[in-house]
Parts: sequence; C-alpha cells; structure tokens
Amino acid sequence: MSIVECVDIKKTYDQGKVEVEALRGVSLSIDTGGFMALAGPSGSGKTTMLNIMGGLDSPDSGSVVVDEHHYDQMNQSELASLRLHKVGFVFQAYNLIPVLSALENVEFVMLLQGVPQAERRERAETILNDVGLKGMYDRRPAELSGGQQQRVAVARAIVSNPAIVLADEPTANLDSKTGQGLLEMMREMNEKRSVTFVFSTHDQMVMDYARRLVQLRDGLIVDDRVKET
Amino acid sequence: MHLQLGWRNIWRNPRRTTVIMIAVVIGVWSMIFMGAFHRGMINQMVQNGIATLTGHIQVHFKGYRDDPAIEKSMAEPKVVQAVLEKHVPPGARWTARVRVSAVASNARHSGGVTLVGIDPAREAQVSFIGEAVTQGHYLGPDDEYGIVVGEALVEKFETKLGRKLVLMSQDTDRELASRAFRIVGIFRAEMEATEKQFVFVTLTAAQRMLKLEKGISEFCIVLPDRHEVDEVADNLRAALPPSKYEVHNWRDLLPLVDAYLSLFDTFIYIWFLVVFIAMGFGIVNTTLMAVFERIREFGLLKALGMKPWWIIRGVLTESFLLLVMGMAAGNILGLVTIFALSGSGIDLSAFAAGAEWAGISRVIYPVIHAKDVTIANLVVFILGLLVSIYPAAKAARFTPVEALAHT
Repeated sequence: MSIVECVDIKKTYDQGKVEVEALRGVSLSIDTGGFMALAGPSGSGKTTMLNIMGGLDSPDSGSVVVDEHHYDQMNQSELASLRLHKVGFVFQAYNLIPVLSALENVEFVMLLQGVPQAERRERAETILNDVGLKGMYDRRPAELSGGQQQRVAVARAIVSNPAIVLADEPTANLDSKTGQGLLEMMREMNEKRSVTFVFSTHDQMVMDYARRLVQLRDGLIVDDRVKET
Repeated sequence: MHLQLGWRNIWRNPRRTTVIMIAVVIGVWSMIFMGAFHRGMINQMVQNGIATLTGHIQVHFKGYRDDPAIEKSMAEPKVVQAVLEKHVPPGARWTARVRVSAVASNARHSGGVTLVGIDPAREAQVSFIGEAVTQGHYLGPDDEYGIVVGEALVEKFETKLGRKLVLMSQDTDRELASRAFRIVGIFRAEMEATEKQFVFVTLTAAQRMLKLEKGISEFCIVLPDRHEVDEVADNLRAALPPSKYEVHNWRDLLPLVDAYLSLFDTFIYIWFLVVFIAMGFGIVNTTLMAVFERIREFGLLKALGMKPWWIIRGVLTESFLLLVMGMAAGNILGLVTIFALSGSGIDLSAFAAGAEWAGISRVIYPVIHAKDVTIANLVVFILGLLVSIYPAAKAARFTPVEALAHT
C-alpha cells in the first residue's frame, strides 16, 4: 500500500535571470514501511523532491498524496497540521532547538500536538532509549556530539508516529562510523516501528543501507530499483 | 514549556536582554517617579495656594475681586459672621481680614506690599502665618504697632527685628494714610514671593489706619475636607444677599493652579507616551535582532508543523517576559526612590527663582497615586506587546524552505 504518491511533479526556481528546472516530471510511489534513498548529484532535485513530499514547498504542477491527503486541496494551515501529525523531518544540520534539552526537543512536537505532559515525558524517554541516548535526556544540543544530535533529531521525527520520515542527507555532517551507527538505528526503527523512511543522499553508505534506491539526475528519475533482501 | 522556551530564548543573549531590560526599567522608573514628582508639585501648589491666605472659600463685598479697593470692604461683617456660624460644617475654621495694597518704606528702601490685617488667633488656624514666624514672635491681639514681615522683605529692605517700617495706603476717605510699625516677627514662607509680598498687622491696627471702623475686606474659610467646597460655597451663596456679597472657592481664586490641575493628567499621559516611544524603539529593535538571528529556527518550527500564530505567540511570550521583568524592577526602583525622597523631599532651592515663577515650592515631596502607577504599567505592557507584534509577524512570515536555507 502506498503512503506517498507523487505524479508528474515539476518545479522550476526563478534565480534572477536564470530559471532552474529542479524537477521535470517526477512520478514516485512509496510503500508503507519503505526504507528508500533518493540519490543523485548536487542539483539533481532530491532535496526539492523531499521538500515537496513534506509539504514544505509546492510543485508547479503534478500532484502529491501523503497518507491519503491531497496536498493540492490543502491550505498552508492544513499543510502545517499535516506536517505536525504525519511527517517527520531529519535535517543535515540536525536543527535542534538549542535552548531545549534532548528530552525537551523530542517532547516539543508532542507539545504542539497537545499530548499530555506525563505521556509526552514517557514517550520521549522511551524513544531516546531506543536511539541509544539513555541518560542524556537533560543535555542540550551544544553538549551532544553531531551523531548524538542527529539521533535526537531522528527521535524527534519518529516520536509522534508519523506516516513518513523525510531525512535530508542525514549523514552528511557525520563521520562514517557515526553515520553507520545512525543508519543502523534508523533501520531498526523502520523494522521495529514500521516507520517509512525516505532519504536524500549522495552518500554511498546510505545507498547501501536503503532497500530501495531511486536515482535522480537533472530533475528526472533515471533509475529506480528495489534491492533483494 | 512555551514559557520556559521563551525564558531560555531571552537569555541566549544576556547582554542584549540586560540592555533592553535597563531601558524598560528606566522608562518605568521615570514614568512612576515623574508622575509622583508632578503629583507632589501640583499638590503643594494647591496646598500652598490654600495656605497662603486663599483658604478654601472666600467671601467678599460684591465687586471686590475685580477692583480690590478699600471702598469695596464689607461695612457690616456681622451679617456674614452670622451666616458663617450657621452654614459652615463642624471643624471648619474661618477668619476676617483687611487686605489692601500699600507701600512699605524705611530709611533706605521702599516698595509695594500687601497689607494684611489679621485676627492673630483665628488667622493662625486658617493660614500658614501662625507657624511661619522664625524670628521674633507672632502678633498678639494687642500688638497695635507690631508688624510681621517676610525674611526676603527684611533682606530687601536691609532691616531687622525691632526696626521700624512705615506703611502707606489709601484710607476710606481716599486720603493717604500712614502708620509706623515695629518689626516684631519675621516669617519664612514656602515661596520667596510670599515673603516679599505680605506684611501682617493686627486687624484693629489696619482698621484704624485705614479708617475702616469695623470694615472687613474678606472672610476666609478653611474646611475640614476640600471636597465639601462646592456644597458649602453654594450654601453660603444662597444665604448671603447676592447684591452685596460674592462667594468664591479656591479654584476661582487660584485660576492658574486650577488650569494646571485640569491639564495635569494630560501632561502626565503625554510624558508616558514620550517615554514609551523611546523605549518602544528599543523593544522593536531588540526583538527584530532576536528574530533575524533565529531565522533557521523559525523555519524549523514551521517545518515541524508550527502554525504562524504559534510563532507569533512565542515571540510575544519573550517580549512579555522582558516587559514583566523590566516593569517589576522599574516599579520597585520607582517606589524605593519615592519612599526615600518622601521624607526630605526634592530640594529645588537652587532653581528657586524659576520654580517660584511657576508657583512651585522650594521642596517637592513626591506623591504616589495608584492610578498613575497602574496607567504607567499598562502603557508599557500593552504598547510593549503591540510594538512586538511587528517582529513577531516577521518571524511568522518566513517560509520553511527559505528559512532553513538561511545561513
């Protein structure tokens, strides 16, 4: 069953006098529980595709459906609500809130969702334990390593049981060992919690971990293969 | 957690937060202090005016206020006395006076003064003079040739206690009347102008000098409660024949003070607004800086699903905390300053000439009014939050993609 259905997505950016075609008609269907990488060189359109799937950006044409929600029928407020409840994000630069502790960063999304405090605390501690950060609840981002910060970001992304987690080059700022550990953890979350992960990456290790690899080049899908398990 | 987040955010840049808090503290302090200072000033202007022979109500012969000539004296004061005894409330004090313009002279100097003939015992209960004599003694009932003059007049006339002072004025026959008095007392008043203007002799001495017989220039009444003035004045007007007498309250008698009182609240609110405008620029500037430093963060919050209104609320929470802290410190500082100065007052002697021109006392005792403090705080709080809406709205307008790409 598809959790994401993108049909003929086109997106052009106006950069002054130059128009850049970031996506030139991309159609993509992602199944629930998938662990997929969107790979390609810089400028191939993978981040744009991720932003469009996450409702952060809108396509010039084409349609996006995530968990049966049609983006073209939703306003900004509804899209924000959908992101809050259905989409988790992991960014290359971690993007944690610097004044909140690890636990509070994870709790924050649930706070916005209106989850009661006791439940928030319990779920946040559980997920931090699952991503290997037990005992580091009270540390602020500045007191955590890059890998640990990215684990907090993953915990924040999956704590509210989203339909899909979109990770934009999650290992780009990590050394290979830390990156591998993070990927192991995300795959574990994928298997244990059936969370759908979509990565944008040009990191070979991420591509190796992905069960499905979609190659983008110049705004078009040039390869789409599911690996044998 | 929203409050906690706001609290931590404002302390991300302690120096900036401290600077803006100092601005709020100084603003609130100056609003409260200047409000109390002006209240004290106006209160003393009213009190001085009332104590300096004005009283709460005066009764004159009709036309006296337009032309305070000796002919406009009340020839039958008993009529007025009887009305006063019947109509003034218990606890009220009143006295009769003769008041004419005169020329005072001694061997060296001469100058215009106001000759006031008083009943010493009654006058002491009505005006400042009973407690104002600092050298010599106050007038006794039989001080036929004694005169009490102000310190400033003594200095101006280069005279002293025990010396003679000759007063000249026009008597009821329109002839020049003069009499030599001996200085028995020297008084000090709130304002130097009072010391130079008024000289006091006994009522009988003034009446004899001016051939007034039992004639009186004015009755002056002081009530136990200033707020009863209008009611008592109306009663007196109703009881006295309007063809012969006129009754005035202190507002009629001190029109400048009355006008200042009417404008006072407006002055204060304009002052509050001016202070706030200066403070408001600081608040907007600081909040804008804080917002632009955190563009990526606002992008993240929107990506996580925060709605624009929630972001506005977050930024306003930070302003709220800054304002509340600044207001609390400003209030404490303002109240402490006022409390510290309430005993000794603020000495304006160095500016005595200028202050007197405006009718201001030499020493101002600040008076705090709950209304002024409340309005000052409301101005800072409400306008502070209102001006913070602009940076908050800016933060809410960032699109996630642009904001997250911001470096």
